Amino acid sequence: MNKTVRVALVALLCIGAAACSKKEVKPQPPAPAPAAEQPAPAPVSNKYTPADLDTDACLRQRVVYFDFDKSEIKPEFQQIIACHAKYLQDRPTSHIRLEGNADERGTREYNLGLGERRGNAVSSALQAAGGSASQLEVISYGKEKPVCREHNEDCWSKNRRVEIVYTAQ
Amino acid sequence: MIKPMRKFSSNFALILLLMAGLFAGPVAAQSLNVDIVGGVKTATPIVVVPFAQQGGTPLPTDIADVIRNDFNRSGKFRSLAKSDIVEFPAQGSDIKFATWRLLKQDYIVVGRIKDAGNGMVQVEYELWDVNKQQSLLHQAMPPAPVGDMRGLAHQIADIIYQKITGVRGAFWTRIAYVTSVGLGSHITYSLIVADSDGFNPQVVARSRESLLTPRWSPDGKKIAYVSFESGNSAIYVQDITTGSRQLVEAHAKGINGAPAWSPDGTRLAVALSYVGNLELFVLDLATHKETRLTHNLAIDTEPVWAPDGQSIYFTSDRSGQAQIYQIPATGGDAQRISFQGQTNLDAAVSYDGKQIAMVQGNGNVYRIAIMDRSLGDQVRFISPGPLDESPSFAPNASMLLYASNAGPRGVLYAVSADGLVRQRLVLSDGDVREPSWGPYRQR
Repeated sequence: MNKTVRVALVALLCIGAAACSKKEVKPQPPAPAPAAEQPAPAPVSNKYTPADLDTDACLRQRVVYFDFDKSEIKPEFQQIIACHAKYLQDRPTSHIRLEGNADERGTREYNLGLGERRGNAVSSALQAAGGSASQLEVISYGKEKPVCREHNEDCWSKNRRVEIVYTAQ
Repeated sequence: MIKPMRKFSSNFALILLLMAGLFAGPVAAQSLNVDIVGGVKTATPIVVVPFAQQGGTPLPTDIADVIRNDFNRSGKFRSLAKSDIVEFPAQGSDIKFATWRLLKQDYIVVGRIKDAGNGMVQVEYELWDVNKQQSLLHQAMPPAPVGDMRGLAHQIADIIYQKITGVRGAFWTRIAYVTSVGLGSHITYSLIVADSDGFNPQVVARSRESLLTPRWSPDGKKIAYVSFESGNSAIYVQDITTGSRQLVEAHAKGINGAPAWSPDGTRLAVALSYVGNLELFVLDLATHKETRLTHNLAIDTEPVWAPDGQSIYFTSDRSGQAQIYQIPATGGDAQRISFQGQTNLDAAVSYDGKQIAMVQGNGNVYRIAIMDRSLGDQVRFISPGPLDESPSFAPNASMLLYASNAGPRGVLYAVSADGLVRQRLVLSDGDVREPSWGPYRQR
């Protein structure tokens, strides 16, 4: 049946078109470093300054990663939480926006909820470590702002994250 | 707050292609075809003879083609390919029934087009039962503008569909969806309204930030949706003919999401988290009064009203993983209704309330499942996965739309309710997602 040939041709044509899409180029947040490599937060006597946000090895880490459908903060991120909490204490006028994100599995609205829950978890941890609630805000982007767009766990693990964004230093 | 908004036309950005064709022939970039994935043995064979044109300039639209594609997409009919049509009767008295019996056709549609002046044409058509040689329909449609031949064809398809199946057709309806075009910080999101077959796309709203969850008002005049254009999520209601829009939920703190119209169009169920946790509320659009429905530490979102307006289905992870629950529309105790599968999200309800479509996740595979409430909550899958979401019923529940992926790209599928016939809608240069099927249109 000659229709079959036509069907195949059309399908090929379209697959060709679909394959042309490009990979998104977006500045990647620093990958999660193993806990062992992280230096301990600076001693309490040394107060952080805005310059440390660019130079301090701990403060430069601004992303907390999560397990699938989870919002518990993993032990390897406690150090990051501690140094940013100290920065908030040292700089009472500083302010952080916590941007919660999720991987692509599950629906958009549910993932908004999940991203917010992760943002809230980081907010609570920062407060428990000495930050003040008034210095923190949480926004959820759900799965709307992925840093990686492939359909595999490697990519998903990069998207399940809370980004720590200083809106005031 | 009312913000006027420009309406854009969008021919350049919105070339909807369909992959694979049953009636191939020369395929123009804009034309849609049907991808039959099997199980069509039960579909009724019908032939739609090209309509004869009596005078005037040739029409830009082949009415019979549009009707044929509608029938095939429905899964209920299998129309004879145009290339296999050997005779061209224009009226009942010209039909040689023996020919069509030989071709194993149950029904035949013939028609003719007359110039009605002033850019209008009049279309008359007949539906015949081939075996009984009996006329079932003979109707002259009201004169219609040449530019609306697709609309006219969908209306004829609806009437024929109803005559044969007993169910009102839903081809002359519209769909809404969101496209995203561009990369990185240069993405443009557009909320689009198009015909049910993806033709005639029109941009309703544009944003540099994400748009999601478009939902049609029951009268088909407005769309509620979520936009991140202000930085945080906010819910807008936009009139799709005038383009004027209203910001209805924009709490500075937390999520403003998941709008769902009440069946009477006076209220929106929404998911808000300014109270500290994501909870369901019902917003009265006239008074702007919010009534809170849920109180717990779980994620409660994706509300959708039962057709009688008495209850609301929604997604909650109060049992550990997301499942579908039902709660009285005035608040009260929520009952879990989904028990099959690791997780179930984003319910959609058929017009009669009997079928609940949802996204069911098992491991890394997310498929569209339909739970039949009239069959002891039996569940069937209508999509193969692995990352399917956003089910939306046609107003007659004969078909659904859902979102999926083709490689890195978001695509839509239109699928018959039995899952047997699927059609893919693809944007030539971007993602398409968040489909929502509109209500019946009023003539």
